[in-house]
Amino acid sequence: MSISLKNISKSYNKVSALQNITFNVEKGELFGLIGPDGAGKTTLFRILTTLLIANKGTASVAGFDVFKDYKQIRNNVGYMPGKFSLYQDLTVEENLNFFATIFGTTIEENYDLIKDIYVQIEPFKNRRAGKLSGGMKQKLALCCALIHKPKVLFLDEPTTGVDPVSRKEFWEMLKRLQKKGITILVSTPYMDEAALCDRIALIQDGEILEIDTPKEIVKHYPKAIYNVSANNMYKLIKCLKNYEFMYSVYPFGEFVHYTDKRDLFKPNDLIEFLKQNELQNIEISETQPTIEDTFMELAK
Amino acid sequence: MKEETVIKVENLTKQFGDFTAVNAISFEVKKGEIFGFLGANGAGKTTAMKMLIGISNPTSGEAEVASFNVYKNPNSIKKNIGYMSQKFALYDDLTVKENITFFGGIYGLTRKQINEKRQLLVEELGLQEIVNNLVSSLPLGWKQKIAFSVALLHNPKIVFLDEPTGGVDPITRRQFWEMIYKTANQGTTIFVTTHYMDEAEYCDRVSIMVNGKIEALDTPKNLKEKYKAKSMNDVFLKLARG
Repeated sequence: MSISLKNISKSYNKVSALQNITFNVEKGELFGLIGPDGAGKTTLFRILTTLLIANKGTASVAGFDVFKDYKQIRNNVGYMPGKFSLYQDLTVEENLNFFATIFGTTIEENYDLIKDIYVQIEPFKNRRAGKLSGGMKQKLALCCALIHKPKVLFLDEPTTGVDPVSRKEFWEMLKRLQKKGITILVSTPYMDEAALCDRIALIQDGEILEIDTPKEIVKHYPKAIYNVSANNMYKLIKCLKNYEFMYSVYPFGEFVHYTDKRDLFKPNDLIEFLKQNELQNIEISETQPTIEDTFMELAK
Repeated sequence: MKEETVIKVENLTKQFGDFTAVNAISFEVKKGEIFGFLGANGAGKTTAMKMLIGISNPTSGEAEVASFNVYKNPNSIKKNIGYMSQKFALYDDLTVKENITFFGGIYGLTRKQINEKRQLLVEELGLQEIVNNLVSSLPLGWKQKIAFSVALLHNPKIVFLDEPTGGVDPITRRQFWEMIYKTANQGTTIFVTTHYMDEAEYCDRVSIMVNGKIEALDTPKNLKEKYKAKSMNDVFLKLARG
């Protein structure tokens, strides 16, 4: 087991940030913590990286206890916080050298681990970190978190605010790191990234809603979901919300995801209802639930 | 209803030294339209937006926003638009009520108007319990919903939203978009940037910026057909790196 948590709870004054969090991450696993801002993801990261002490419960990382063996943990993990935390007034190369030196190693010694990522920022190695673009900062931060060849990598919202193309590239890098045997715990508010993890924990308001593989999680969705579309999205949402048999209504891209209270739902009834409300070009078809549907159902 | 043009941009360009951040972009946005302004990080979206809201002078080209010229009347533009971004929206160390009063005052509303607006807002958003709480104590989703309403206090013709839903939970994100629909339906133009591609699908039209230029501009449906893509995410992946 690479990461293990048992009944971890943490509160700040009266505000509870985490409640009885229990889960394990296997060696070499890519494990995702999926939840919105304020769910408690960062608190969990800070406890596992020994920067914060839990009020209750036990946790271990790479076989070391987060409380007793905090020094060993710090030597064995890489941590990329959500907020850019490198030295803005050092250059790319100076930052990397600094982190290598602190961990008693050199860039050359572990270069193979960061090579794929570092070559992309190497042309800017003499630029100060503060002057880099968002995507390049992210790559430098990942290099710095990897330079001492950690057993476990903690990435707190590495892709928040990053465009879809850079996000895709970032996940491809993570997959390559995983193949080198590094255990990765990554958090994200983007539900589409959840599908790229081996297993995920859905987290909201300091509690875990569910833990499983992305495929299994969507199987647990309790209802049939329908894609509904019409000529006016705003009016469609309003009408659906007023339909007496409505169970849930959520806009999903070009469609609205609709679920019905009844076991036997007749799409034609709904089409009639929408027509009476002066909607046109109405289309209804059954669709597959996504992780986001599941999350919203559990978080309701 | 959607005939009146409220944003008109022609060959708008911004250079920083020898770097062209925005390269001769042209487009029009109609009244009541939800216009998605997409692009990769560093494509020039923020620079373009800064010119449109009257806080950055273009190097060349023309732009009219709410029928005011960006060179001659940037201050009139500011009075006639609303703006909110993920990074700055409300003052954390003021209460919800204080923020509403402050922004109402900045936009030149009378005390009476501010009071009326505040009551309306409290009712619509269900803020009764939290109106005297510091903004810093609120969840992000709440902050963003209130910030959007505050950006609309002075009934602007256009509201500019810079990544308004980043990091917000999926349910609140949808509530936020329902507010956007409602606002657009009442005739206010929405100019919005986002990295969530499902949100791009909610827009009436979408432009995609690549290296300072607008590479594509159409309805989500037409863009998907043109680029033979299943979703806006695919369209974006095909275009955004040139």
